[in-house]
Amino acid sequence: MSLFSKENGAVFTGPLNLNNPIAVQVLGICSALAVTSQLKPAIVMGLSVTVITAFSNVIISLIRKTIPNRIRIIVQLVVVAALVTIVSNILKAYVYDVSVQLSVYVGLIITNCILMGRLEAFALQNGPWESFLDGIANGLGYAIILVIVGFVRELLGSGTLFGLTIIPSSVLMENGGLYLHNGMMTMPAMALIILACVIWAHRSINKEK
Amino acid sequence: MGLKKYIDEKVKPQFEGEGKFHAFRSLFDGFYTFMYVPNETSKAQGSHIHDAIDSKRIMSFVVIALIPCLLFGMYNVGFQHYNAIGETADFLATFLYGLAAVMPKVIVSYAVGLGIEFTIAQWKGEEIQEGFLVSGMLIPLIVPINCPLWIIAVATAFAVIFAKEVFGGTGMNIFNVALVTRAFLFFSYPTMMSGEKVWVNGEYLDCINGTVDGVSAATPLGELAAGQPVTTDFLSTVTGLMPGSIGETSVIAIAIGAIILLWSGVASWKTMLSVFVGGAVIALLFNTFGAEDNAAAQFPWYQHLTVGGFCFGAVFMATDPVTSARTETGKYIFGFLIGCVAILVRVLNPGFPEGMMLAILLMNCFAPLIDYCVVQSNINKRAKRIKA
Repeated sequence: MSLFSKENGAVFTGPLNLNNPIAVQVLGICSALAVTSQLKPAIVMGLSVTVITAFSNVIISLIRKTIPNRIRIIVQLVVVAALVTIVSNILKAYVYDVSVQLSVYVGLIITNCILMGRLEAFALQNGPWESFLDGIANGLGYAIILVIVGFVRELLGSGTLFGLTIIPSSVLMENGGLYLHNGMMTMPAMALIILACVIWAHRSINKEK
Repeated sequence: MGLKKYIDEKVKPQFEGEGKFHAFRSLFDGFYTFMYVPNETSKAQGSHIHDAIDSKRIMSFVVIALIPCLLFGMYNVGFQHYNAIGETADFLATFLYGLAAVMPKVIVSYAVGLGIEFTIAQWKGEEIQEGFLVSGMLIPLIVPINCPLWIIAVATAFAVIFAKEVFGGTGMNIFNVALVTRAFLFFSYPTMMSGEKVWVNGEYLDCINGTVDGVSAATPLGELAAGQPVTTDFLSTVTGLMPGSIGETSVIAIAIGAIILLWSGVASWKTMLSVFVGGAVIALLFNTFGAEDNAAAQFPWYQHLTVGGFCFGAVFMATDPVTSARTETGKYIFGFLIGCVAILVRVLNPGFPEGMMLAILLMNCFAPLIDYCVVQSNINKRAKRIKA
């Protein structure tokens, strides 16, 4: 089977749209609510999950025939935990401020249901290259939704994007304007509502599929 | 009946079937059934339907009951304004100032809410749902006077879509729509709604008057939360000549509304009474056993019932037939717990000076559970009787 066959293409594009882990399978909601109050942590979190899902998928796929069935969850957890520790330390070394913002949620990637779901449902049955594509695609599918939610929340909640001011401060109420930032956007409750809107839009667009 | 005959014969056909304006059928239908008693009664959809009257008539009674609060609110806005700038004005000028300040809020709330309702009704091909008649009047009454119009528009749209339409429209909502509007304002724009200070003079009115630059005055509950002595005396908390949200200050105006609601049988006296009993009991307990240094705990219990939104919530919000408990015993429990929670939040959490909104929203969650328990206990009682 060639590397870029039609089946592999379907493996890659499915999670990005019609089989999106958040919008369709509704997995990984907890971290999607927690890290999306700003765009930058949302992107970093999305990329971290992508990297971890991809490499844990590859490793589990490589050793899938040697793992005893009864202890496979423990083996999967060890692999994921090792990767999470590596990613966490890389984040601390290179983007310290973001890793502080993400706090426990990098460590909690271990418990992310998307990861375990992909390992159980895909990597245990498929070869390393397909598993790699599947991991990347699921991670990116997760990241897309995080970026959309993070974009809305940061823009309406604090008037910035990547920390740059988008809504000029002169229109703010304390400076004599009429505009006020929506404080509820910075709360997880509003993230849930935005996420619901994204899912709503996604399902109305893809109604017949 | 010349006008009605003319509308029935000439105007109505244009909105029906293939008529010229059939795209606006829902709009016409909405106004037609509001102005004239419709021939059909409401279908049994939604928990608020309990007799054969069209629900627009029920809603109209609530709107009539709200009018005293609205008129008094307008007068009070003017009164607080002239008080703040140290001028005296005659009754008419005071009232007109308030009218100019309050009317835009009423219009914005109705325009946004009804706009969404009409759009959705037209889109789904349904009759317009009439629930917003009341919500649209309640919303301007529970916001502070300086709340900008666009914020009211955003909050109203949020509440109508996410608290009502996603649940299936009027009669299907879990939470009181007007209170969701206020909760959205409270959590989104806390500087507008903190409750510690309610501005008595809207800045945007200065272009009309060119006077002071927005004087802020503390409400009694704000003073309590800040641990200061309350400057408003008991009498003015009853008459309502004090700073506060537009419709909620006057106990007398609310009492007139309550009488209209009870006389017409729209609201339940059981819910209303038990809210006051619940609030009074908890406030009395705090008066007796509360910490000496906690001003809110030592605040006399009868004053707890007259300040803030307690009366307004008890009369107009807790009795909402859709979101309150439906069983007769359930109404007592529902109301009592609202009163308790409202005073508990006021006294024990200085971050929330007013607990009425949170109390009612919380109990809205539990209303179906209360009903379920009441019904189950009744079933058990009867099952035992059969066995015995």
